[in-house]
Amino acid sequence: MADEKSNAEAYWKANVRLIIGCLIVWALVSYGGAILFRPWLSGIPIGGTDLGFWFAQQGSILTFVALIFFYGWRMNKIDKKFGLEE
Amino acid sequence: MSQFAINLLFVGASFVLYIGIAIWSRAGSTKEFYVAGGGVHPVTNGMATAADWMSAASFISMAGLISSGGYANSTFLMGWTGGFVILAMLLAPYLRKFGKFTVPDFIGDRFYSRTARVIAVVCLIVASVTYVIGQMTGAGVAFSRFLEVSSTAGIWIAAAIVFLYAVFGGMKGITYTQVAQYIVLIVAYTIPAVFIAMQLTGNPIPMFGLFSTHSESGVPLLEKLDDVVNALGFQDYTADVDNKLNMVLFTLSLMIGTAGLPHVIIRFFTVPKVADARWSAGWALVFIALLYLTAPAVASMARLNLMTTVYPEMAGQVENYDAAADNALQYEDRPGWFRTWEETGLINFEDKNDDGRIQAYNDSNEGFADTAQQRGWEGNELTVNNDILVLANPEIANLPPWVIGLIAAGGIAAALSTAAGLLLAISSAISHDLIKNTINPRITEKGEMLAARISMAGAILVATYLGLNPPGFAAQTVALAFGIAGASLFPVLMMGIFSTRMNSAGAVCGMLAGLLSTLLYIFTYLGWLFIPGTNMLANTPENWMLGISPLSFGAVGAIINFAVAFAVSRVTKAPPQEIQDLVQSVRYPKGAGVAHNH
Repeated sequence: MADEKSNAEAYWKANVRLIIGCLIVWALVSYGGAILFRPWLSGIPIGGTDLGFWFAQQGSILTFVALIFFYGWRMNKIDKKFGLEE
Repeated sequence: MSQFAINLLFVGASFVLYIGIAIWSRAGSTKEFYVAGGGVHPVTNGMATAADWMSAASFISMAGLISSGGYANSTFLMGWTGGFVILAMLLAPYLRKFGKFTVPDFIGDRFYSRTARVIAVVCLIVASVTYVIGQMTGAGVAFSRFLEVSSTAGIWIAAAIVFLYAVFGGMKGITYTQVAQYIVLIVAYTIPAVFIAMQLTGNPIPMFGLFSTHSESGVPLLEKLDDVVNALGFQDYTADVDNKLNMVLFTLSLMIGTAGLPHVIIRFFTVPKVADARWSAGWALVFIALLYLTAPAVASMARLNLMTTVYPEMAGQVENYDAAADNALQYEDRPGWFRTWEETGLINFEDKNDDGRIQAYNDSNEGFADTAQQRGWEGNELTVNNDILVLANPEIANLPPWVIGLIAAGGIAAALSTAAGLLLAISSAISHDLIKNTINPRITEKGEMLAARISMAGAILVATYLGLNPPGFAAQTVALAFGIAGASLFPVLMMGIFSTRMNSAGAVCGMLAGLLSTLLYIFTYLGWLFIPGTNMLANTPENWMLGISPLSFGAVGAIINFAVAFAVSRVTKAPPQEIQDLVQSVRYPKGAGVAHNH
């Protein structure tokens, strides 16, 4: 029982750590690259405009898609590792 | 065949398809009515979620707003996609494990409180009805243009169609109908964009065309667009914004709103396994991204096409924009689409300087006034409503009539699919959460189905009535609904999973604080219950607190919700042991089983 409980706790910690990592990337591309850091990225040209504009209109969307699939893939592995999959 | 007949054919054929599917897959039991038997594949579910979630705001309204606002309105793109990241990581898998039908089910059980459940129902209804109002307005505009009827008649036709397949179909019917609607809307959105990208840049993929070279002038497309709008006194299309705080809050508000919207969350109850809930969110975003990556290309290309229609010589120009500006289009020579949209009142021309030409420019830019005067311009003569841009886009680019018929069917599919999903969420909140679990627990399954259908019909009537006099543009109304959902439901759902210490008193106070503060701020600027003329302050940036627009306030409301819930829960009793065990159990996928009734 105690083992099961500590196993579950370790599983949850691994999940939360992964979520925090993903959300940092999530915030960096959208609030960072596309909005707040845009002035500092203005020196990097891309197709007639700058990198910040690309993040705002395409880059962040592409990153979001990749993030969700990365999370799903990692979580499946974590589920198996802790023996908590369905 | 006339354009009218072609529109009728496309819209009519798509309706036959949706209604046929709804009848073919009619729900047989209460469970099927709500969750489609829990047996929907993640890819199918993702596609249906995408159709459910992409509404008239995404399809009809959004590209028009980006087109006029440029970079500043990228918030819609990021906000309405980034929410799925939060949904996939913070809510969907755990709510699927919880295994109930609705959002108030979760809140009522997790916070062991009838009060919490009833407040969640209220939040859900306020957000959903606000959202449906926007959809009915959008559908009404599309119907009135393409069926050439009045906008009032258009809204009532939309109401009748939604009633038919939402009321008789239920969730199972809606799932497959929405897969069909997704296909119709994405094809309708993409085909004209591909044609236009080819015409302007020679690149058939719109998302790459956006960052490539404008064929006619040989400069990059976005640089070309900046030059053209600049020559007419507008700020650069790609210009940065000063009010970054408002931009961040607006994006955040749309993101947490996406994660807090009951009709989206309910979709994740319909997959077989917890892992599938994660994949479903990913697939939903893939299908949404197909439209969202095309939208910014549509926006900039449509703006350029519109401007070069008015100033034909600007298209091939690289430097001498002054001469091109003098040779604006003669009003007599205006194209056919210009005339048809003029009849709807959504394009207006007024020849202020009596030269017979159409001068479109930014007459509120003081720095540009001298140039305008030198050119003999006496004010902007052309107003184009943002919401017509996507619908008019194929006509502006001279695309064949069947493409125009297709986009009519797509726009209507977008509005109707979302309205149907929302009505289902509203009706299940009333029949299941309010009647079965609060007022009359002894109600039979048949009685519950009847109550669901009656409340759905009632909700359609209310939304249609309010849609006749809406609080704003489709996208604005929808953004308000996102703000309300994000401020009231999202924080409590998240804390219900991530904090075992969160108790009923905290959740109740948090939801009330989030909902009321957001409604108060919105109503202050937009009028009580959105009734025009009852606002206490004019809705202008100078009047906004710290420059925060009413559309962005949902994020602030959510922070208030979090803070109040946290503070109250720390000074009141911890939740009982069985609730803490429940929270533990939703965190682990093992033993999820199928969604079950009480």
